[in-house]
Amino acid sequence: MTSLSSHSRSSAVLPLLLLFAGFAAVPFVATALEQPFWISFFARILIYAIAASALNLALGYGGLVSFGHALFMGLGSYAVALPAFHGIASGWAHLALCIGASSLVALAVGAISLRTSGMAFIMITLAFAQMGYFLLVSLKQYGGDDGLPVAATSQFGSLDLGSTLPLYATALVVLALVTWWMAKLRSAPFGMALRGARQNARRINAIGLEARRLQLVAFVISGAICGVSGMLLANLNAFASPSSLAWTVSGELIVMVVLGGIGTVAGPVIGALVFLGLEEVLKGLTEHWMLIFGPLIVVMALVGRRGIVGLIDLWPKAQRSSTPVVVSEGGA
Amino acid sequence: MSSLQTEGLVKRYGALLVTDHVSLDIRAGELHAVIGPNGAGKTTLINQLSGELPADEGRIVFGGQDISALPVHQRARTGLLRSYQITSIFEEFSVTENAVLAALAAKRSAWRFWTPMRDDVAACAAAEAAVAAAGLAKHADALAGELAYGQRRQLELAMALAAEPKFLLLDEPMAGMSVQESAAVTELLRGLKGRYTILLVEHDMDAVFALADRISVLVYGSVMFTGTPDEIRAHPEVRAVYLGEETA
Repeated sequence: MTSLSSHSRSSAVLPLLLLFAGFAAVPFVATALEQPFWISFFARILIYAIAASALNLALGYGGLVSFGHALFMGLGSYAVALPAFHGIASGWAHLALCIGASSLVALAVGAISLRTSGMAFIMITLAFAQMGYFLLVSLKQYGGDDGLPVAATSQFGSLDLGSTLPLYATALVVLALVTWWMAKLRSAPFGMALRGARQNARRINAIGLEARRLQLVAFVISGAICGVSGMLLANLNAFASPSSLAWTVSGELIVMVVLGGIGTVAGPVIGALVFLGLEEVLKGLTEHWMLIFGPLIVVMALVGRRGIVGLIDLWPKAQRSSTPVVVSEGGA
Repeated sequence: MSSLQTEGLVKRYGALLVTDHVSLDIRAGELHAVIGPNGAGKTTLINQLSGELPADEGRIVFGGQDISALPVHQRARTGLLRSYQITSIFEEFSVTENAVLAALAAKRSAWRFWTPMRDDVAACAAAEAAVAAAGLAKHADALAGELAYGQRRQLELAMALAAEPKFLLLDEPMAGMSVQESAAVTELLRGLKGRYTILLVEHDMDAVFALADRISVLVYGSVMFTGTPDEIRAHPEVRAVYLGEETA
């Protein structure tokens, strides 16, 4: 069955490897140029890339337009800040709480919101994220809307995520593993069934699978990975804030996925890099950076229906056979 | 021996009785055609058998098991597979991928998160056989969304076949096909006859009379008559109600 490989092989393997090589080089370049800020800035990009990749599993592969994924990032952040507040610095405890809480909440949110679809699904996921936001704002003993400084960053044995370099390395490894898994998952039976359910849920049921269960499992995995990104973010900022659950964060994650290339493996990573990179560059130019950033995103959305990855695909396409390009195959 | 039986199946849409106490007995290995004028409730009947529509009353027994309460995907896993009148395929996947997914779904597990789907040798073999049987071998690598209409209909069949079903519910497999394409599908179905139990809903009377072991005539939701093609041809009421209309 070699015939299938042409459809499943990602043509973005080389760009992805280059991208990760670039990420790996950042600490060395930043140190050489004495720009330590770059390391924490790129750490933020890596962390948002993890969150966007997680969202892409639900949004791109599963077609579930979750407008509430900031909820899971926020849960991950507070899974560090709350135990640390009570003197627990064990990274394993943070991780267990983070994954446990995010997946349980994702299970509950998913089970309820997957009873609907379309606009109702978007609104219900948004509503859950807003409930999380206001719940944390109301917890005055944990800082309320001021947020909660992380009293003790996550300690994994001698590895302390509180210092920038270990955090950067950890985020890079996590992102690499998540990206690798997303690439494998895309053509694995579960990924194919999930992507099939997005295209035609009725047929997925008719061939003996249960579309809603596939989607629920995808939503839970997505929420759990997103939680891990929140855990890393809390360590990076040494701070957890209800504002990390704001609906604008959920929106930004969606923009990253769409900008990079929805349903593709590399898209969310590239999307996070370009989104946060552009934001940083434009902020340096003018305080009215949103005036430039907004139209840029509109143009990107108009030009490349499959985001930046779609544009990357176009370029070598002429040299290849007419077989359809796969990284961008999963458009909405 | 009976493969699938319905007992007093009823479906109402408000006051409208779409399925009116339908009792069918489909024998193992036979090709049983259901014919009837437009609006007779043929697709509604198939949807109840496949589980997409719950019946308001009555029972469906398949292979000795009461499947009336089972949802669609569980019925599929008992070997009761369907094809759609309106083509229902995965447009972004290749022909083979469509078939492999169908093969994998009904018989094997989709809960695998790492190894590529195409590494499942058994599913790929079943898919390849189904694609070839449906006459799509030449287009195995084409994207389903780029197929011509007739080929999409063939893929529709291939997906049902790939699941290696015990029972096929075919909802107008020749709908919208050219004469040549219909003839090809008729030949394909002739080849499947005996290997699978088939319930065929079809408007193409040439195909129905060429293929069917028995035919049930559905009029206003109820079974007017069930018999062999010869009995159907000779039945005066059937001629008046249905065949007369067709040739008029």
